[in-house]
Amino acid sequence: MTDQVAAERPLASISPTISGLAMEVTQILLNAQSVDGTVRKHAEESLKQFQEQNLSAFLLSLSNELVSNEKPVDSRKLAGLVLKNALDAKEQHRKNELAQRWLSLDIAVKAQVKACLLQTLASPVPDARSTASQVIAKIAGIELPQKQWPELIGSLLSNTHQLQPHVKQATLETLGYLCEEVSPQVVDQDQVNKILTAVVQGMNASEGSSDVRLAATRALYNALGFAQANFSNDMERDYIMRVVCEATLSQEVKIRQSAFECLVAISSTYYDKLASYMQDIFTITAKAVREDEEPVALQAIEFWSSICDEEIDILDEYGGDFTADSDIPCYYFIKQALPALVPMLLETLLKQEEDQDQDEGAWNLAMAGGTCLGLVARTVGDDIVPLVMPFIEENITKPDWRQREAATYAFGSILEGPSPDKLTPIVHVALSFMLTALMNDPNNHVKDTTAWTLGRIFEFLHGSTVETPIITPENCQQILTVLLQSMNDVPNVAEKACGALYFLAQGYEDVGAASPLSPFYQNIIQALLTVTRREDAGESRLRTAAYETLNEIVRCSTDETAPIVMQLVPVIMLELHQTLEAQKLSSDEREKQTELQGLLCGCLQVIIQKLGAAETTKYGFMQYTDQIMDLFLRVFACRNATVHEEAMLAIGALAYATGTNFLKYMQGFYPYLEMGLQNFEEYQVCAITVGVVGDLCRALEDKILPFCDGIMTQLLKDLSSNQLHRSVKPPIFSCFGDIALAIGENFEKYLIYAMPMLQSAAELSAHAVADDDDILEYTNQLRNGILEAYSGILQGFKSSPKTQLLMPYAYHILQFIDTLYSEKDMDDAVMKTAIGVLGDLADTLGSHVGPLINQSVSSKGFLEECLSSDDGLIKESADWAKLAISRAVSG
Amino acid sequence: MTPQEGRRPIKRSTVSDQQRRRELALVRQAQQRSDSQNRARRLASSVLGLHSSPEPALPDDAIEPEQAPELNWAQTEADLTESEVPARDLNVVQASKLRGREARRWFAHQLMLPEWMIDVPPHLDRDWYVFARPAGNRCFVVSSNGTTISRLRNGSVLHHFPSSLPNGSRTRDMSGPASSYSILDCIFHEPNQTYYVIDMVCWRGYSLYDCTAEFRFFWLNSKLAESGACNSPSTYHRYTFSVVPIYDCDQAGLRAAYSSVVPYVKDGLLFYNKHAHYQTGNTPLALVWKDNYCSEYFLDTDSKGLVPTQQQVVLEMQDDGRLTTSDDPPVVFGCVEADFIQKSGLQAGNLLRFAIRDESVSLIDGKLEIGDLQFVSKVNRARAFADSYSKVFFQYAARHSPLRIEDLAASVQPTFLLKRIVPVFGRLPWKFCTDGRDAGLLVIHIPIPSEKG
Repeated sequence: MTDQVAAERPLASISPTISGLAMEVTQILLNAQSVDGTVRKHAEESLKQFQEQNLSAFLLSLSNELVSNEKPVDSRKLAGLVLKNALDAKEQHRKNELAQRWLSLDIAVKAQVKACLLQTLASPVPDARSTASQVIAKIAGIELPQKQWPELIGSLLSNTHQLQPHVKQATLETLGYLCEEVSPQVVDQDQVNKILTAVVQGMNASEGSSDVRLAATRALYNALGFAQANFSNDMERDYIMRVVCEATLSQEVKIRQSAFECLVAISSTYYDKLASYMQDIFTITAKAVREDEEPVALQAIEFWSSICDEEIDILDEYGGDFTADSDIPCYYFIKQALPALVPMLLETLLKQEEDQDQDEGAWNLAMAGGTCLGLVARTVGDDIVPLVMPFIEENITKPDWRQREAATYAFGSILEGPSPDKLTPIVHVALSFMLTALMNDPNNHVKDTTAWTLGRIFEFLHGSTVETPIITPENCQQILTVLLQSMNDVPNVAEKACGALYFLAQGYEDVGAASPLSPFYQNIIQALLTVTRREDAGESRLRTAAYETLNEIVRCSTDETAPIVMQLVPVIMLELHQTLEAQKLSSDEREKQTELQGLLCGCLQVIIQKLGAAETTKYGFMQYTDQIMDLFLRVFACRNATVHEEAMLAIGALAYATGTNFLKYMQGFYPYLEMGLQNFEEYQVCAITVGVVGDLCRALEDKILPFCDGIMTQLLKDLSSNQLHRSVKPPIFSCFGDIALAIGENFEKYLIYAMPMLQSAAELSAHAVADDDDILEYTNQLRNGILEAYSGILQGFKSSPKTQLLMPYAYHILQFIDTLYSEKDMDDAVMKTAIGVLGDLADTLGSHVGPLINQSVSSKGFLEECLSSDDGLIKESADWAKLAISRAVSG
Repeated sequence: MTPQEGRRPIKRSTVSDQQRRRELALVRQAQQRSDSQNRARRLASSVLGLHSSPEPALPDDAIEPEQAPELNWAQTEADLTESEVPARDLNVVQASKLRGREARRWFAHQLMLPEWMIDVPPHLDRDWYVFARPAGNRCFVVSSNGTTISRLRNGSVLHHFPSSLPNGSRTRDMSGPASSYSILDCIFHEPNQTYYVIDMVCWRGYSLYDCTAEFRFFWLNSKLAESGACNSPSTYHRYTFSVVPIYDCDQAGLRAAYSSVVPYVKDGLLFYNKHAHYQTGNTPLALVWKDNYCSEYFLDTDSKGLVPTQQQVVLEMQDDGRLTTSDDPPVVFGCVEADFIQKSGLQAGNLLRFAIRDESVSLIDGKLEIGDLQFVSKVNRARAFADSYSKVFFQYAARHSPLRIEDLAASVQPTFLLKRIVPVFGRLPWKFCTDGRDAGLLVIHIPIPSEKG
């Protein structure tokens, strides 16, 4: 009570209260780190109450705690952390909320908190300084975009002239965090220049303190994004590059690592400015890769991987047309460095660690080198093959497993990129060698890499698009025999064998009736099921790999093998049933059980989609739908997002397969449908549920009507929510269209809600300023969703006596299409939908909209453009729109 | 050591099958959304197309079959084999503009033709409907643009008349231009001049081809009466349309279809799979069955209406002389010698009638094979199709070991125990053998519901 009263009084008069609380705060903060759970919980509760009851006093006492050098370091550190958490959160809506709350605080309170923080930077206690740096950056992230705290950068910079190294270090760290937190636009170039000057001076070899140099180097990493103008200036760029390169030769390993991190960041941000430095950078990186400690060597390799990423992207944009204009030209750095780069990378392959294949998160020189080699192959294509082949030939039969593994790994790494013409003859020779090695090599690493390499061969050199088949009827049986046998090997090898089978099957997905896999189909399924039941299937994600491969096997089944897939249905159903029956599980066991349920639901989904897609298998499958639905409903009751999502996807497929008959499940399923639509946090679940509503509309058609009130209510709530991930919103609009098409004129009662939402979204999306590709893509998705909604609604009302209800919206819809046409930034999908909506409008409203359409620019220019489109789908829609319009206009 | 953010080790799995499942689901949904939109638009555009090209006005009472094309057809019969059916994809309204032979060829392929039941399909009681088939001419009735036309199975026009079907006569209010044609699958029953509607294919421009039988029958029952088509004949409604009672194929339903009195002459029972879409041509998802009790035509009759002593079959002669059924793919029952073809002046595509001797027929692995076909005659050209394999088989079985109503009844679960005791089922003994036990002893079962209520 006293706190609330206190908050309303002027700051000066409450000081005694705050200092009283601050005394107490130290103990609370220490208690919050107690080993005693009860004490800890109580302390956390007190902090929470304090924060809720009086935020100003709370923040003030925390910052006082942080700044006081006489307080224990542990309470100061936690004070800073709690302060940070009161300003920032991961979830965007919570983050915005906290920022607003900070901005609305009394200006004097904020000033005092900020003063404490800045003062902490000079503290002799490193942890206190470091925590303060982070909090300052968070506040800067909130205030600088609002043009508040303009003096911050100036006062930080004045700190850098201080002589005490610890203050310098803390200040540079703060500048680094600040650059990470705020966007370059909110800091003007003059301040950027000052920041960079301070940072680069801190990195300079003449700086005595290595702590300062490290802080400066790390700060530069974050500040690079601010240095666009400086990188365009030759002198300034040369200077920055020289300082960074010098830092890679520092005595301190952390500085060297951090300097290489800067080089990696520069390689992606300023690729086009690198030409004159590449010779030196190669020398530096090669030395680091060969001689330096692993963390540094890894960053040196990462530099080349990052250059590959850039060149792959640029060459992708060229689209094979090397004369095309691109924003950034390709400098072919990798091609030029190739003769030296490839041997360097091959050397790293021999530096494997024991047991790296059993460790999911392992990352070492050999793995980084192979990954980089793979990227190089994708960048340069055929040129890499002659450089790698001698290494393979020399090492693949050596007694030392490291050499055999490195040779195999090198081969596997270069299978994507070079042309099939170049690789096929080599693979022909290598294939039987690989199969023998997978069976007989005494070393597990070699077998693991061999199985992976086989998988890569099947992924890139096998399938309907490959001209010369690697797999013939003769060797197909041998390959399968070896792979199925390897599934009995240790988990990591078995997992790779499953992966290889996945790609082998994928290559036969569109082979048609006579699949070479058919004779072995039953054996393959049996072998995979056996793997899923292995005691050790939890290791090396073996069980997951086995189910994923089973899914792929199901996808590539043919008429001939469909009966075997049908037999699989009760088997998977039984497995799912068993997971639901299991009781009294430990939390660990429950987690495994949940994962298994996800895999089983995923598998059923694939089976349903496969069997439901063909008339011949659909009817046989129907005998299981009651039981399957029953299982899914029980799965939903378990409430786990991943499983929920898998089951939801499966139900979508089931609704499609059963059509109107799905009606009998609606009563039981509806509560979970609603739950899915309400799941803002796990937006994937929400997105998929929205898709399932579409499936239900098409399956049930007007029989979905009784459920539409509930569904529409949820969808409208979803649209208005600022919590829901934006990617779900376009599909919701499309879903309006699905519903309207299903229930026709019954959509009438939703018009007054749906139409204004569509209109305001349309206005937003029509004029969206899309300065980057992501935003433009999203904008187009939104436009497409809106147009699909209009299309469904218009078609739904067709030939209803109530079409007149849509007349008031016709003008707006036309205007939307006109605007899209004049903005000129819609993609093909939007174009097709937009011209379709124009036709729908004419078709449904007929002569009533004839004059309106006549006046619109769309009906002329846009229609003409679509009619002459190269895209068949656009043209088809346009032909139809033309017919509909001519009738509306003439009649 | 962990990899740089965003750097995936090359040996780690590239596939996320879950992501793939998501993407495939999205692709499927997008495809289906686009399909339903296109369907909605296509239905419209066909009507638009019709409106944009001027149609010669047809008098309301034009009931004369098209004479000129009839002649045209007669003189060019040889052409029949040369050209395939013109554009199977034509929609019905465009097809309605076809004339003569083309029209017949098109419409002849639009009906769903039941196979003959040669054994009992599984889950008959759960997945199937049954109803008594009216005796008469199977035909396709199309109402559109103010008139109604019925066409026989061979495509030729039976009647051209005004009806109360949507857009079936000029008197109807045609304000909704997009509500277009309706297509009904009917049997015209001569004695009471009634069209019995056994299936609904399109209604007011809404296509039911891709709907299950369950839904089509539901729609048929609710929509037909609304239109006034079931009313007695009047000036603008020349023939009465009527639905037939359709039953779930459980014991009660089977019994009702088989033995209850209906206002028409029965010609066997039709069984429709509830989940099947309307599929043109022969389909095993619709079946016809008959016996002496429920059909006057249990055994095929010859042109004089008499049952011949030997079973006769109608087969189509192919260019290489092979004699085939109407199935797709056709079943070959024999071959005609080249010199016979020459002497008789037969041409590929001709339908020929043969007699078969019982002793020349054999059942090998459940397949019927005929050793010896005896040529009887060329078949009347009005006939469009050869016999189907299932028909030949059924007729053969009918003469030797017919599939009896007891066999059907035995395969369906009793609905009410009470009814099992009632011994009335025509003249036929009612055999209970659900447990394979002695048929005479009633074993009382509590029926287990097959679906959750």
